[in-house]
Amino acid sequence: MQESKNLLEVKHLTVDFSTDQGTVHAVRDVSFSLVPGEILGIVGESGSGKSVTMYAVMGLLAENGRVTGGEVIFDGQNISRGAFPTAKAYNRAMCAIRGKTLSMIFQDPMTFLNPVLTIEKQLVEPILNHTKLSHAEARQRALELMRQVGIPSPEKRIRQYPHEFSGGMRQRIIIAIALANNPKLIIADEPTTALDVTIQAQILELIRDLSRKAGSSTIMITHDLGVVASMCDRINIMYGGKVVETGTDKEIFYQPNHPYTKGLLACINNPEEDDQDLVPIPGSPPDLLKPPAGCPFVDRCEKAMKICKLRMPEPTRLSETHISACWLNELARRGRGGDRP
Amino acid sequence: MTEPYVRIKHLKTYFDVTRGVFSPKQIVKAVDDVSFDIYPGETLGLVGESGCGKSSLGRTIVKINKPTGGQIVIGGEDITKLKGEPLRKFRREVQMIFQDPYASLNPRMTVGEIIREPMDVHHIYATRAERDARAVELLHTVGLKPDHIRRYPHEFSGGQRQRISIARTLALSPKFIICDEPISALDVSIQAQIINLLKHVQRQMGIAYLFIAHDIGMVKHISDRIGVMYLGHLVEIGDSNDLYFHPMHPYTQALLSAIPIPDPVIGKSRQRVILQGELPSPVNPPPGCPFRMRCPCAQERCAAEMPELRDVGGRKVACFKVHADFGF
Repeated sequence: MQESKNLLEVKHLTVDFSTDQGTVHAVRDVSFSLVPGEILGIVGESGSGKSVTMYAVMGLLAENGRVTGGEVIFDGQNISRGAFPTAKAYNRAMCAIRGKTLSMIFQDPMTFLNPVLTIEKQLVEPILNHTKLSHAEARQRALELMRQVGIPSPEKRIRQYPHEFSGGMRQRIIIAIALANNPKLIIADEPTTALDVTIQAQILELIRDLSRKAGSSTIMITHDLGVVASMCDRINIMYGGKVVETGTDKEIFYQPNHPYTKGLLACINNPEEDDQDLVPIPGSPPDLLKPPAGCPFVDRCEKAMKICKLRMPEPTRLSETHISACWLNELARRGRGGDRP
Repeated sequence: MTEPYVRIKHLKTYFDVTRGVFSPKQIVKAVDDVSFDIYPGETLGLVGESGCGKSSLGRTIVKINKPTGGQIVIGGEDITKLKGEPLRKFRREVQMIFQDPYASLNPRMTVGEIIREPMDVHHIYATRAERDARAVELLHTVGLKPDHIRRYPHEFSGGQRQRISIARTLALSPKFIICDEPISALDVSIQAQIINLLKHVQRQMGIAYLFIAHDIGMVKHISDRIGVMYLGHLVEIGDSNDLYFHPMHPYTQALLSAIPIPDPVIGKSRQRVILQGELPSPVNPPPGCPFRMRCPCAQERCAAEMPELRDVGGRKVACFKVHADFGF
């Protein structure tokens, strides 16, 4: 394989959290890759491991979280904790990358921005940290960024504090901070969930435009299938700490293969079409304190078979880009087909 | 034609947010001159962005908020000025489901106690045993098991909790339920379960819903009619399909075009009306149409007076431009 082509490669990533109740296996053997310029969507419900996967990539896990296996290769460099001799070396390397070539947009703009620092301080800081620009030059760059993300009268606004900005404007500041050093990859964790639809449309448009212009790749973490459909080139569907299906936007929406993906699409209403009955997925997601040995979706799947409970299916490649992990594909491949109880 | 069950006439809810004794008076007009009807067994969806007053409106109808002006007529009775015992009686007919199933259930009560409480308060059955039997029956209706009755809310997931709060609202066999964002705290796969449950219960018992939400896809799915609110005003109200496919008010058009459609081809190709700016502050709003600052087709007249909600082609719209198109 042409490994050098990928900007980001995550291989067999496993993340555990130790809690009072025991170890939560939040991410279990997740692998995926990303080519430059691509917008990848990671879709899943709460607790599916979508955010934790990306926090692990960034090295920003909470204190009780630990990467217990796997590798992360970003821009040709192995940035897994295991690739560094000490925690200090790892942190130093990550600090050089984060905010420069790899940056992140968070869900809640109010908790991300420091309320006691002016926008200027917060915008100039990442520029000064990662470049040799003088303070005046960095300030110029900050103003230019504010103009890029569509903040009116930046000279005045740059001296203000976060509380003087509305939610949508704050999210624009965060995008400006993320773009400060022309990153190669932007990870956006539910960037518009806290915003209203009309503001969401503005922000999504902005992210798409800017990342196309700068040629950077974007990973969108979201639970909103509408957002994914209108933004992403490729989509990973996560469930119970695993990627159950991955494919292009059209493959996922028009030819979904995994029963969970199909179920997810059946329980949302596409307002453009005539109203159909929603088909909910019965039950609720698995408890990751004791994750099932087999497919995580087995308890809610109407096509579940004996084997599903026992072993996790191997991913089946359905096309160049479309991969799904379901025993039904394995059966079809072996030519047995049909449902077995 | 049947009589509407709920009649809201020129309802106003203002909040005084003046800080300090000597500061100028600051009034938030959360609900400003809103009128609509809801028919028995019907669902009226109410959409709008945060701060538009849709939740305040819902809370005013059950009189959690005090109405500043206007009239609320439910089941033929004017309840605007109701107090004491008559108000208590009215509350049997009208119930509310709240957004956050983690905050709306008392963590120290068992599920049985939670569901029984409204019956205890209103002395619905003579004996405790009868009330318990009814609670079990309600649990069955909402898809939970009878032995859940002795458990506590923390033992349940978000979707199950919302089922419990639905069971509680059904305990008094209400004729009208206000659903204030009942699904927005839930995961996608659970939302559909709750929507289907609400529809099922409505069919069985003929309950009318006021369904408040910001997810227009879901609102369109469950509602017969949809009302759109902007900054305390109802700007458009009409049949849900009709309104979705042919929005007339410029705000409705912008709002609908901003919804991300779960279809990659439509989602990526469709034309959006991207609104400039954001929702203005609802404190002491200027006269005229509240939307005019962001409106692509604002005229001089819009700044001077507020357009009223007028019948145009089978629905009601509050916009001078639309009125002009229909020859008013």
